[in-house]
Amino acid sequence: MIELENVSYTYGDGELLSDVSLQLQPGSFHFLTGPSGAGKTTLLKLCYGALLPTSGRLNAFEQDIARLDRDQMALLRRRIGVVHQDCRFLDHMTLAENVSLPLMVSGKGENAQKEDLLELLNWVGLGTRLDALPPELSGGERQRAALARAVILSPDVVLADEPTGNVDWEMSQRLLRLLVELNKMGKTVLIATHDLSLIRATKSQVQARVLRISQRQIQLAGADL
Amino acid sequence: MSKGTIRNMLTRDKRADRVVPPSGYTAQLTLFVSGAMAFLAVFALALSLASGRLADRWASELAGAATLRINAPAEQLAAQTEAALTVLAQTPGVASARALSAEEQVALLSPWFGPDLPLDTLPVPQLIEIVEGAPGLDATGLRLRLGAEVPGAVLDDHSRWREPLVDAATSLRRLGWVSILLIGGATAAMITLAANASLAANAQIIEVLRLVGARDRFIASAFVRRFTYRAFFGALVGVLFGMTGVLLLPEASEEGGFLTGLGFQGGGWLLPALIPLLGAAVAFLATWTAAARKLKELS
Repeated sequence: MIELENVSYTYGDGELLSDVSLQLQPGSFHFLTGPSGAGKTTLLKLCYGALLPTSGRLNAFEQDIARLDRDQMALLRRRIGVVHQDCRFLDHMTLAENVSLPLMVSGKGENAQKEDLLELLNWVGLGTRLDALPPELSGGERQRAALARAVILSPDVVLADEPTGNVDWEMSQRLLRLLVELNKMGKTVLIATHDLSLIRATKSQVQARVLRISQRQIQLAGADL
Repeated sequence: MSKGTIRNMLTRDKRADRVVPPSGYTAQLTLFVSGAMAFLAVFALALSLASGRLADRWASELAGAATLRINAPAEQLAAQTEAALTVLAQTPGVASARALSAEEQVALLSPWFGPDLPLDTLPVPQLIEIVEGAPGLDATGLRLRLGAEVPGAVLDDHSRWREPLVDAATSLRRLGWVSILLIGGATAAMITLAANASLAANAQIIEVLRLVGARDRFIASAFVRRFTYRAFFGALVGVLFGMTGVLLLPEASEEGGFLTGLGFQGGGWLLPALIPLLGAAVAFLATWTAAARKLKELS
């Protein structure tokens, strides 16, 4: 589904990732961990084409990401739902409008049923906040809204960058349960987090591969987690 | 860019238009610039059309006429006038020739000497009005013949002062069109600046739209629609003010000459209606170009 083959990424004079190889198989669940600044966000950005590898090969849905033009990249991003740590909403639009933004940009907005949107927002526990503006939402609500927006087009892959970074333990568990549910629906999930307790808490719910970025390289994490 | 693409880009999509925040100084700037430019364009158009009419009138009214002046001592004046009329009657290209009466000559001189001019006591030359016919007057040949038969005759075919006047009016018309082109160019430049500022100010919004899979065309359309409609409505208001200004100008009259004729006539009144459409077209192209460049830059 997404395959990195000896991918390196250099920014300025510093190499952030070196010779990274990784395969995200359909329906798999991965954690990506490592200290702050290790390159977790960079790796996620490479996966959805926000950054291009300096060397190596990155295929997404059997397409070489480096060869895609901007229109093809847009189509690719409709198949990859992304939850950012800082969420990134359009502050002048309501929660419902923000969540349905992917439908609108893909030309499916006209046919979108309000009931479906409401069902999705109910699923993430925001069914009563349809008309709220993003600045009025709490950290947890923003994260759940970002998750709803990431999955509204029913993407094949969901990438989440520190999705529990700004929320309390209870909310992080709730978000994690939603991501596990998505995985059980057949979606490939990759979560970047430095929170090891979150990974431990998930072990009982889903069979997850834990990857660690260390010294610009990616490794399968051991039993020390 | 195909017709379908242009239609899609201009078709109102309230939800898609919402992605760009509705406020910002670029909105007022675009409205003001397109309004002011449309106002000026109305006057430039009026100037151009009036100059064109003037050039055509001067060219057509004076081109078919000439004047023969007989400068002779009083006792020879009648004889030379008669001889000149005979020569003219035999000249090809002269449709008619007529000696002006004393009253007509007084009327011509009255603006300078007053209406009570004692013409019979002054050495005023006799004027003969010549109307040209087919195949046209050979002024050089006629001058040679008059020089031999009517020594006091001086032929004025009006070309000496008609051509500079027609040239001036034609230049003024050209100036009007150049002004319209400059107004269009300035509008395009200002809208490009406003669009660039708006795109730069909304870079984060563009980033979010790209993140959720928006194509460049979707993003550009939201900006293009907004600027095109703003430019159209701004220009519409500018044209209405401009037309009101032209309507308030004094009526054209014989005495007033050029300045009071600075307006529209007949179908010319419909031409300013094209200005908002042209303004919208200029805004469309300017914003589309700016958006394409900026989106490439931001990728």
